[in-house]
Amino acid sequence: MNAREPLQDIKKRRDGVLQSIVNAIPFAQFLDVRVERMGNELSFILPYDKKLIGNPMLPALHGGGVAGFMELTAIISLTWYSIWDDMEAGKLLSDENFPSDLNLPKTIDITMDYLRPGLARDAYARATINRSGRRYASVHVEAWQDKHERLFAQCTGHFLMPEQFILSEK
Amino acid sequence: MSVLVHKIAAQFVASLPLCSAMGLHIGDAQDGAPAIILPYSKSLIGDPQTGVIHGGAVSVLLDTVCGAEVFGHPENTVPTATIDLRIDYMRPAKIGEPIYARAIVYQTTRNVAFVRGTAWDTDIDNPVAMAAGAFTFAKKAAKS
Repeated sequence: MNAREPLQDIKKRRDGVLQSIVNAIPFAQFLDVRVERMGNELSFILPYDKKLIGNPMLPALHGGGVAGFMELTAIISLTWYSIWDDMEAGKLLSDENFPSDLNLPKTIDITMDYLRPGLARDAYARATINRSGRRYASVHVEAWQDKHERLFAQCTGHFLMPEQFILSEK
Repeated sequence: MSVLVHKIAAQFVASLPLCSAMGLHIGDAQDGAPAIILPYSKSLIGDPQTGVIHGGAVSVLLDTVCGAEVFGHPENTVPTATIDLRIDYMRPAKIGEPIYARAIVYQTTRNVAFVRGTAWDTDIDNPVAMAAGAFTFAKKAAKS
């Protein structure tokens, strides 16, 4: 770590890598998922859109869309924490193949827990990595809308980690 | 193992905004019986390296087909909502192929319906993913 590194260089590197990962996943674009970063901590945003509705009567968000949002939160968070050291060493943005040479974790299983209906407004999510081993990872995701302490959904998933996150790094 | 019994309910559910945005529709699977179908689309890719559809899109499909079977269940009286849904991803879906899904409501109580769902692409016996879930349910009162 270089304590004298200019702030704008640090932000450019970290935000650049993060945005590259999100932009590389078409399904994240389909749901229009956004990410905000404070240091290494990520918060995900699912902006409300009419197409996310599953119950037009209430109206309420479709559970499957919320599931996709939480799964993306888990996968991107897992990737982010795993490549942190390489990113800080400046290996990623100097790599012209990044992010196309990025290997993502693969979902083994995911269990969704729907606590209350998702309302027709923005949703937020944050992931906690409970275990991240060489092969397997276990991740918990919380999703909320107005109040963080009133979760509307949560999930736990298991993921198969890639042998290498960055392909070109042989 | 699973069936798509309630075709009208499935048609209704597949027409919901998220489902129609993803192109979900009812059609016949390889065995000639109906299933809910998720067409392959580049916008749903989850792994840009391989072009495989994101697990979240398969979640939408399985949640939809499970919900449709509960919604259309002859003993149900109200719209349904997912309480919990577990999805196992057995293998990546084949690139360019539609994904089919069916579900079966295998048990109901007064307030809960228990459902299993399967999703596959080219081979009905080699599933891409399977789901097990619990849905809200309101059983019709028994006539005395």
